[in-house]
Amino acid sequence: MSAETYVRPAGVHPPLDYPQYRSSVLRAPKQPLVRLPHGPTETTGPLLGAERVTAADADLTTRHAGEPLGERIIVTGRVLDSDGRPVPDTLIEIWQANASGRYAHHVDDHPAPLDPNFDGAGRCMTDSQGRYRFVTIKPGAYPWRNHLNAWRPAHIHFSLFGTAFTQRLVTQMYFPGDPLFAQDPIFNSIPDAGARHRLISRFDLDTTVPDWALAFQWDIVLRGRDATAFEAEEAR
Amino acid sequence: MTQPGAAPAGLTPSQTVGPFLAIGLPWPDGPEAVPPGTPGAIVISGRVLDGAGEPVPDALVETWQAAPDGTFVRPARRRFGGEGSQGATGAAGHDAGFRGFGRSATDAAGRWHVITLRPGRVRAPGGGLQAPHLDVSVFARGLLDRVVTRIYLPDEAAANADDPVLAAITDGGRRATLIARSADAPGQFRFDVQLQGTASATETVFFDV
Repeated sequence: MSAETYVRPAGVHPPLDYPQYRSSVLRAPKQPLVRLPHGPTETTGPLLGAERVTAADADLTTRHAGEPLGERIIVTGRVLDSDGRPVPDTLIEIWQANASGRYAHHVDDHPAPLDPNFDGAGRCMTDSQGRYRFVTIKPGAYPWRNHLNAWRPAHIHFSLFGTAFTQRLVTQMYFPGDPLFAQDPIFNSIPDAGARHRLISRFDLDTTVPDWALAFQWDIVLRGRDATAFEAEEAR
Repeated sequence: MTQPGAAPAGLTPSQTVGPFLAIGLPWPDGPEAVPPGTPGAIVISGRVLDGAGEPVPDALVETWQAAPDGTFVRPARRRFGGEGSQGATGAAGHDAGFRGFGRSATDAAGRWHVITLRPGRVRAPGGGLQAPHLDVSVFARGLLDRVVTRIYLPDEAAANADDPVLAAITDGGRRATLIARSADAPGQFRFDVQLQGTASATETVFFDV
């Protein structure tokens, strides 16, 4: 393998064409993907965030007049690359349903209550060790129309940039022991069982705050940075 | 190089952005890779369409590109920005305010746009130069992973003819999906993303990165 190509590991990412997920049927490309050799546009990427993130953005429970309803949780973890190196100073954006399983979005017509004290959006920057921390409430499960009696397991959407275009990742964090995994085509679209289970956070007693909040821990691993190509770019 | 002793960790898989990305991802200035009115600014706009030819109203289009001089915006003090490393010292050598990155959620008609500068030419992995291009990620409900494409400009015919990525796509109709069309006014371009081909619309070329 040349320094400037990268072969995606088999089974980790879901296939685009996955008819069990009904929304993919008219949206997934039918033609094979064309391999793109990695040049400077792929090995660089936007390094954003510090100018558009405040510390308050990492606490989804304190941005309104009152406190949101639900189970207060702390979500922490690290962002690493697949070589095990932390990814510092990188923007993480999250969004989620409220405790009742309702999104603060006009398209969501699930007959569960909106919470005037919860909009469900947060962002933060990882620290110098790649660590992040959010305070939020545990999202509820909710029904959707994919198949008869379909329910999404509780999840928080995560968006990450890393340091290169090749590292861009949008994914979802799940909660341990959710009984809805078995019937969820989005979770099960990931072919490799080990990879699938990497999306499940773990209960983290050490990070809980007595008399205040439970905690879940979840590390995110982005692709390696194609180090050889990077060094060539630096020397350019 | 991999650091000695660093344990290889399993990659985190992708999941769909879902129908509610508008809660978390759009920024008010997202489409502005440069501030509107910047001299030399161009506007690239288009639609995201599905395999029934219908607009996709819940997609997010992101663009990443070189500055006009072929360098990339990198904040100072990063490992990429060593002294004397040409083009790696951040925005100083670029038009102030150029971010290199655009982000646009589609509207009810599937429309998106970015305001940016013309990308410069950057080296090709196999030697030589690539034609000016923007790398594009598209996220949407129904896409379990992002799809990646490129935008090339129609008034760069000579550079496009030499571009190794375009040259590798032998089907002319497919190759044409990567080249924006000139729109009504100078500096205005159109680029539609056809997520899935239809009887009358060629599927956009998407890349495995």
